[in-house]
Amino acid sequence: MFDNLPLWPTAASSHARYEDWLFLFLTVVSAAMTVLIFVVIAIFAMKFRRRHGREATQIEGSLLLEIGWSVAPLGVMMLMFVGGAVLYFVMRTPPRDSAQVYVVAKQWMWKLQHMEGPREINQLHVPVDRDVELIMTSQDVIHSFYVPAFRVKQDVIPGRYTTLWFRATRPGTYHLFCAQFCGTMHSGMIGEVVVMEPRDYQAWMLNAAPSGTLAQSGMTLFQQLGCNTCHVSETQGRGPVLKGVFGNPVQLDDGRTVIADENYIRESILVPAAKVVSGFKPIMPSWQGQVNEEQLNELIAYIKSLSPAPAGEAVTSGAPGGTAPPPPAQ
Amino acid sequence: MATAVISTERKNYINAEYGIRSWLLTTDHKRIALLYLLSITFFFFIGGFFALLIRLELLTPAGDLMTADMYNKAFTMHGQIMVFFFLIPSIPAVLGNFLIPMMIGAKDLAFPRINLLSWYIYVAAGALYIYCLATGGVDTGWTFYTPYSSLFSNTRVVEAGLSIFIVGFSSILTGLNFVVTVHRMRAPGMTWSRLPLFVWSHYATSIIMLLGTPVIAITLVLVVLERTLNLGIFDPSRGGDPVLFQHLFWFYSHPAVYIMILPSMAVMSEIIPCFSRKRIFGYTFVAMSSIAIAAIGFLVWAHHMFVAGISLYSALVFSFLSFLVAVPSAVKVFNWTATMYKGSVSFSTPMLYAMGFIGLFTIGGLTGLFLATLGVDVHVHDTYFVIAHFHYVMVGGAVMGYLGGMHFWWPKISGRMYPEGWGRLAALIVFIGFNLTFFPQFLVGYLGMPRRYWQYPPEYQVYNVLSTAGASILAVGYLLPMVYLLWSLRYGKPAPDNPWQATGLEWRTASPPPTFNFDETPEVTWEAYEYDTMPLPDEVTLER
Repeated sequence: MFDNLPLWPTAASSHARYEDWLFLFLTVVSAAMTVLIFVVIAIFAMKFRRRHGREATQIEGSLLLEIGWSVAPLGVMMLMFVGGAVLYFVMRTPPRDSAQVYVVAKQWMWKLQHMEGPREINQLHVPVDRDVELIMTSQDVIHSFYVPAFRVKQDVIPGRYTTLWFRATRPGTYHLFCAQFCGTMHSGMIGEVVVMEPRDYQAWMLNAAPSGTLAQSGMTLFQQLGCNTCHVSETQGRGPVLKGVFGNPVQLDDGRTVIADENYIRESILVPAAKVVSGFKPIMPSWQGQVNEEQLNELIAYIKSLSPAPAGEAVTSGAPGGTAPPPPAQ
Repeated sequence: MATAVISTERKNYINAEYGIRSWLLTTDHKRIALLYLLSITFFFFIGGFFALLIRLELLTPAGDLMTADMYNKAFTMHGQIMVFFFLIPSIPAVLGNFLIPMMIGAKDLAFPRINLLSWYIYVAAGALYIYCLATGGVDTGWTFYTPYSSLFSNTRVVEAGLSIFIVGFSSILTGLNFVVTVHRMRAPGMTWSRLPLFVWSHYATSIIMLLGTPVIAITLVLVVLERTLNLGIFDPSRGGDPVLFQHLFWFYSHPAVYIMILPSMAVMSEIIPCFSRKRIFGYTFVAMSSIAIAAIGFLVWAHHMFVAGISLYSALVFSFLSFLVAVPSAVKVFNWTATMYKGSVSFSTPMLYAMGFIGLFTIGGLTGLFLATLGVDVHVHDTYFVIAHFHYVMVGGAVMGYLGGMHFWWPKISGRMYPEGWGRLAALIVFIGFNLTFFPQFLVGYLGMPRRYWQYPPEYQVYNVLSTAGASILAVGYLLPMVYLLWSLRYGKPAPDNPWQATGLEWRTASPPPTFNFDETPEVTWEAYEYDTMPLPDEVTLER
């Protein structure tokens, strides 16, 4: 209808519907307020315009009015606050069984690594009606992963992982933008998110899948780098056993306890001396500059796979396996 | 002797002395205000030129007018010049400087030489910025986000950072001067509860300048040191934290928004009672809301960082506080509107700007609530929605206030009346041009167009064309006052001492005022805004 004049962005995620309603509520309240102010000004300006023989009536003010027009707006604003906070809370809490995709941003490109193995550039394929969590980092400046149709945005920061999740509700191809200014070709750091029916997705996955999963690549790298000489798989070596570590508390030698999440694993590889596990010597060398961001993701995926009930597998659950048709043309 | 002829003319601050030295070495707050007026106008037009380039580039979806790097520099320098070299000094350094001593019945500011020094600091910083611009410019965005600014940008970040570091001292000294002046220099009888609200609002502004500016100064020094000495404060590969920069930057730069808008609110609180012939509604609440804005304004900075990876719970706190800071702003809008009730309202140019201000500031403020609402901010953050929002506040609010104030006090400053018809026409053009420029940006922002995009998907074009069309109308609206105000200096009717029959002390001395403002120190025996004691202005003197 409005091909050249879009008025409302496509809503294609579970967040989008809630966000649109909230936005609509805010718009209605704001429009009512704006109209009220404009109309009152217009009425006062007309009714009390300067005329001969009529003087202004001096009024000091009114405590009752002041309290009223402070408290009433605050009350309405608290509705907005709660509505926004609930949505934000949902957005910041990925469901436990989400499919996980690693994202590495760089000037001016998005690199994506699926747990199952496929890698993509500036394109992300996801199945419809599946919770997807992105674990993101940047190898240079701050970027921001933004999909307007999903109403989600999250800055992607060098040196640490930030996450974002969504559940796509409508198949289609949607804009992916970098929303944080990142240099010359900031506006060229765009791509698309392709939401597919589970069966199409399955077919795409089969077509795109390389030799192994991300965790398998990580295991190969783990051995190539010689990590397994200290981190022995079953018995205690010079380094802690990594089996079952991910997602669980770790006792440090200074008495603190931390949860072994992505950021902790990353730090332990790049700056091993920062948080040493209790009972071990700080003898591990730093791998800063020797493994790149994508390899770090592989290693983390491998370490994750060593823990029971690993998150982020079985992306294709619910889809018929093996015999799916080839992916549709883009 | 030639001087004999001149000496029959009444001496005022303009004709008290002649020659370039008498201006460059002056310690008269009114002359310094004029020096500021010239310099900020210069920067306004440079910043405006960059705005023009931005709007022309965005007329088409493809990046075709200039290169991506040029575009990035254009929006960076538009922002930095408009914020640091125009908006922040605009009303305080020009109108505040000119009026505060007169409004409280003083001969000058508390530290006249420091006042001149602050102008020289401004000029030095401005010269450095022009050097930065002439030697290639800077492309970090006005926000200087690390690690892009500290490690990656190949442009003149050091020069720009140092320039803004230096101009901060001009702000700090002006704020210091105002605070001391308001405390120590009030005329007998000018109690705190009799202070014009213009002074109250500037007092709140000065406190923000004093407490906030040092933080951004230090932050920019850290960026400069990181670039030059490789410190690694914001460099994650050496244990630094790039997000720390954002906390430091916004700790100043959010309150800086209040540095820009509070003085404009100050102007409103003078214009609206005068052209409604009424005491302002709820004097105490308007005065205290300025202080509340200054105080709460320091506690909302992280609402710029809801998607920057801050903790969930700190986001909740900052969202709540951001709603809270909206209350005192709303209180002001309601009180100004109520002031018109049962008044005797005239539609003179300053009042048109004031009514425009209330409308645009209301929209700007209400759209701020969208950004304070966590779940909504996630979507609209860093899109054109934000651009539209802050232009409604900083241009629709601050610049409308500045223009309204310039017209209101022009007779006092120049001793001449401007042509009223042209004044009203320009106010109307500004209002229409402004809305056409910035309202479409709310829509295209909600559709998802990110800010700082040199090229964009074609479905966003319609809104960008509207916006560019509006900008060209807005440009006419800004050029018109330049022309007729300059024209009025020579051809305008001589202004009476109090053309609007306003109540402030500044209207109880000559137009233009003598060097020491009052022939004898006034003694205040009346309350602020006692409009029932003033006659109506003679409309005939106003109309040309």
